[in-house]
Amino acid sequence: MWDYTEKVREHFLNPRNVGDIPDADAVGEVGSLACGDALKLYIKLDDAKERIVDAKFQTFGCASAIASSSALTEIIKGKTLDEALATTNQEIADFLGGLPEEKMHCSVMGQEALEVAIAKYRGGPVPTHHDHGHEEVEPGEIVCKCFGLTDTFLKKVIAANKLTTAEQVTHFTKAGGACGGCIPKIKELISEVLGAQPTEERKKPEKLTNLRKMQLIQETLEKEIRPLLWADGGDLELVDISGSEVQIAFRKACAGCASSGNTAKFVELKLRDLVADDIVVQEVEG
Amino acid sequence: MKEIYMDNNATTKVDEAVFEEMRPYFCDLYGNPSSMHFFGGQVQKKVDEARNRVAALLGASPEEIVFTACGTESDNAAIRSAIEVYPERRHIITTRVEHPAVLTLCRNLSKRGYRVTELNVDGEGRLDLNELRAAVDEDTAIVSVMWANNETGVVFPIEEVGKIIKEKGKGAFFHTDAVQAVGKIPIDMAASTVDMLSISGHKLHAPKGIGVLYVRKGVPFRPFMVGGHQEHNRRAGTENTAAIIALGKACELAGQWMEDENTRVKAMRDRLQTTLLELIPRARINGGQAERLPNTLSIAFEFVEGEAILMLLSEKGICASSGSACTSGSLEPSHVLRAMGVPFTCAHGSIRFSLSRFNTDEDIETIIRELPPVVRRLREMSPFGREFLNA
Ligand SMILES: Cc1ncc(COP(=O)(O)O)c(C=O)c1O
Ligand code: FES
Repeated sequence: MWDYTEKVREHFLNPRNVGDIPDADAVGEVGSLACGDALKLYIKLDDAKERIVDAKFQTFGCASAIASSSALTEIIKGKTLDEALATTNQEIADFLGGLPEEKMHCSVMGQEALEVAIAKYRGGPVPTHHDHGHEEVEPGEIVCKCFGLTDTFLKKVIAANKLTTAEQVTHFTKAGGACGGCIPKIKELISEVLGAQPTEERKKPEKLTNLRKMQLIQETLEKEIRPLLWADGGDLELVDISGSEVQIAFRKACAGCASSGNTAKFVELKLRDLVADDIVVQEVEG
Repeated sequence: MKEIYMDNNATTKVDEAVFEEMRPYFCDLYGNPSSMHFFGGQVQKKVDEARNRVAALLGASPEEIVFTACGTESDNAAIRSAIEVYPERRHIITTRVEHPAVLTLCRNLSKRGYRVTELNVDGEGRLDLNELRAAVDEDTAIVSVMWANNETGVVFPIEEVGKIIKEKGKGAFFHTDAVQAVGKIPIDMAASTVDMLSISGHKLHAPKGIGVLYVRKGVPFRPFMVGGHQEHNRRAGTENTAAIIALGKACELAGQWMEDENTRVKAMRDRLQTTLLELIPRARINGGQAERLPNTLSIAFEFVEGEAILMLLSEKGICASSGSACTSGSLEPSHVLRAMGVPFTCAHGSIRFSLSRFNTDEDIETIIRELPPVVRRLREMSPFGREFLNA
C-alpha cells in the first residue's frame, strides 16, 4: 500500500473544488483514458481579468492524482495569473505533505494543466505533451511515444526537479514507464541537462581516500550503472582506475553503438554525481 | 472496523485448525527431523504425515512432493532444473499472463540466449492451443503454463496442453504454476500429463513462506538449492517443519472444503458478479466467457481508476485488489489485462475480488451496497465519467 500522507488521504476523500465552471475564462486539459490519468481544470478570473477568483477540476486517476488536483485548485485561488504560473509541481506535492516519488507525476500533471489553461487563455502555444489534438503545441520532438512526451517537456521537468536517473524521470513524468523504449533517450536528456548545470550546484561528495574512491567507483558501476545498460541489452566492464581516471570498455549492445560516446558521458556524469567531481571516464577497447 | 477480506488470491487467512496443528513445533517439538534421536524423529513422523496429506490432495505419491520456501521458489526450481537437465536445448515456452515468478525468470533467460515463446491469450484470457502446437519442437526444454490465472481466475486446459507437449515435444518437460488452482479446483496428478507443479501455502490457508514442488516420479530433477540431503537431495536446507506440518493440515482441509468452494463460494461470487453488472453501467467481467476459478471476479469499470476505487472501498473495510497501474507503481495496467487486450477505457479501472470459504453472504451484501456509490462518485469526478453520466 502507498504511504500517503494524512493530507493526501484527506484531499482524496474530501476533494475541494470538484466540478466545472460553465463560464470559465480558461480551461486546461491534459492526460487521457489510455494514459491512466487525466485532469480538466477550469479557471474563473475577476472582472479585471487579473486574478483567479475560482478554480474547479475534474480528474480521472488514482488517489494522489485527485488529491493533487484538489491541492492545485486551493493553491491558485486568489492568485494573479502570473503568480499562479509560478507554481511548481513541488509546491503541489509540498502542499500535500509530500507524495511518494512514484506518484510525483500526479503533481506534474496538475502543474501542466495549469500552464495549458493559462497559455490557451493568453493565446500562446500550448505547452502540453499530451496528445489532445491541440492546434498549436510548443515545439519539441516526441521522445516517449507511449505517453506522447517531448524532449522540451522532459528537460523542463528534469531541470525543475533536479532529476538524475531515468527511473526518477519515469516517476515524475511517466516517460519510460511503459515499453521502456525511450529510456536511452531519457538518459541522454539527463546528461544534457546535468551537463548544462554549473558544477557547484551538484552535491559535492566528501573528500575520499583513493581506496575508498576506487571502491565507490566499482560499487556505483555495479549497482547504479550496469543495471541501466542491461535494460537496453548493453553492458560495460571496468578496465582500470588510476586516480580519477576510469577506463571502461563497452560490451554487447553498447559496443560499437554510435551513441556509446553519449553513454560514456552518461557514466562519467553519474560517477561525478555519486563519487567525485573530478572523475574522467575514458572508453577503451577491452 | 471489521474487515471484509476479498483478496484471497493475494494471500489467505491461516485457518485456526492449521495454526493449532503447527503451534507445538516452535517451542516444544522443535527437533530437527534429520536428527538421530527420538526428539527429531517425532518431528520427522509429522513431516511425513504432512507429505502424505499434500500428496493426497494432489492425487500424487508422497515421494513426488518436495517442500520449498514458496511458490516462487517452486517455479524457479522447476524451470532451472529443466534447463540443467537439457543443456543443449535452448527453447522455453510460457504464456504472456504468467505470474512474475515464471515470467521474470524466462525473460532473464532470454537475455542469456534462450529463445522464449510467450503464448498469447485472446480477449477472454484463453490460450490458443494451435499456437502452442506450432511452438513446441525438439529444442524445447520446458513448457511452463499456469493452471489458473491469479488476476482473472481463468483456468487453462492443462491436460490438453500436456497432450500437445507429449506428442510434439520430444521429452520437453511440462511445468504448471498451480498456485491459484490447488485447493480451489480438483487436481489429480495420477491421471495427469504434468511433470512438475508448483504450490504456495499461503494461498490455501497455510502460512506464508512454504511451498511445494511436485516432481513426477521418473522425471529427472536438478536442484538449484544445494547443500544438505534434505528432501531426498532435491531441496537442501533444514525443513521449515512447523510450516510443512501446517501445509499438510491445510491440504487436508482444502480437500474437505473443495465442494463448498465450488458450490457456496462460487454462488457468492456469481451473485456478486451478476448484481454488480446490474447495478453499475459500463462494467465488464475480465475473462467472463472463459472457464474460471470459482472464487475469482475481475471486473472493470469504465472511466474510473482502480486505485481510487480500492482506497474508497478500504475506507469501508473492504479489501480487494486491482489490476490497475497505480497500485503497483508501474504505469501500465497489469500485463495480464494488456495481454487480453482489455479496452483502454476500462483497463485502468479493474478490480479483483477473490473469495474464500471464510466469506459470508453478508460480505457480499456489503460490497453490493458500498461499491456502486463509490464508482458513481469517482465517475462524477472524472471528466470522462461526467461525459458519460451527462449523455
Ligand atoms: C500464480 C502465482 N504464482 C506464484 C505466486 C508466488 O507465490 P509465493 O508468494 O509463495 O512466492 C503467486 C502468488 O503471489 C501466484 O499467484
Ligand atoms: S516510448 Fe516511452 S515508455 Fe514507451
